[in-house]
Amino acid sequence: MGAQIRVYRQKIASTTSMRKIFKAMELIATSRIGKARTRVAASLPYSNAITRAVSAVASQSVIDHPLVTSPEQVRRAAVVIVASDRGLAGSYSASVLKQAEQLTGLLGSEGKEVSYFLVGRKAQAYFDFRERSYARVWTGGTDAPEFGTAKEIAQAVLEAFATEYERGGVDEIHIVSTRFQSMVVQVPQVVRLLPLEVVEEQAASESDLLPLYEFEPEPAQVLDTLLPRYIESRIFNALLQAAASELAARQRAMKSAGDNATDLIKKYTRLRNTARQAEITQELSEIVAGADALNAS
Amino acid sequence: MAELEVEIVAADHHVWAGAAKMVKARTSDGEIGILPGHSPLLAILAEGELAIEPVNGARMAVAVDGGFFSVDKDRVVIVADNAQLQDGAASTAGIH
Repeated sequence: MGAQIRVYRQKIASTTSMRKIFKAMELIATSRIGKARTRVAASLPYSNAITRAVSAVASQSVIDHPLVTSPEQVRRAAVVIVASDRGLAGSYSASVLKQAEQLTGLLGSEGKEVSYFLVGRKAQAYFDFRERSYARVWTGGTDAPEFGTAKEIAQAVLEAFATEYERGGVDEIHIVSTRFQSMVVQVPQVVRLLPLEVVEEQAASESDLLPLYEFEPEPAQVLDTLLPRYIESRIFNALLQAAASELAARQRAMKSAGDNATDLIKKYTRLRNTARQAEITQELSEIVAGADALNAS
Repeated sequence: MAELEVEIVAADHHVWAGAAKMVKARTSDGEIGILPGHSPLLAILAEGELAIEPVNGARMAVAVDGGFFSVDKDRVVIVADNAQLQDGAASTAGIH
């Protein structure tokens, strides 16, 4: 009987220390979310300005730029997958990877090959375990992305985009990441980065109408400089949103893990008490039985 | 006199915003000065320094390493990968 109590005690002790870890991680995630959300907000003016400029150039000049025109035949597509470096974030990485698999299926059914660009150790581990190949991987710092990383990713995908198919180039670029909608809702999403979809928008009011810009030096050159920046800013924004989503997912996962640990501790404490009581009862009845036997003789 | 409404944004943060009398920038073709009433323009910035003459306070210099700027109805938006105010002008002009 004593052995049983010991087992329960061990379980209680280990669950308690795990709960401490969960609580600590929850607190860390909570404190970092605020910062991550601020960074998402801080990157907005830049991406807004760039989007406006790109649409200004696109709406005014007849564009014939390799980054905008769709090739007649898309044979290979690049997919950038933004997952996390560390686990303990519930289904965060899993749902991004699931979304990516769906996209792969879709592209495959259209007869396109897929070349992967991965962000985050979890994505890398997923591919390594399945022995699937990928073009490049970036790890480290998924919970606090730097603009430099976004720049590198943009450079890599643009390079692949500029390369011909025969030499391993791609004709399309998609990015799979998580959009931070609110603290409780984060949605995995797929966005096609290239070729750009130039949307002809109806101006809502007179002030929204884009003026007739002069370009310096030439519209084509302006577009040359603008588009890579636009891609960079889109990727950076995706990384920042993914970071905020990761932290929010981690906070939620750790909260429910902590709650579960509390429940377990309660359950084991009850079981331990029952076991202890049973032991005492048995000991008593043994003593009583022993005394009775002595009296009877 | 009309004023320019200037906004400088870098990739990951807002650098400066305020009213100005003149903005001088270096494009890939050469230097360009922008006064109120300038026609709409979209130009590529070359690496180097921008000069802004705010309505209040001393002229300030901003170091940028590439980017672009747009002028539209006296509204100047300067978008740079990396922008750095050169002196202590930021504190008096007010960062948003």
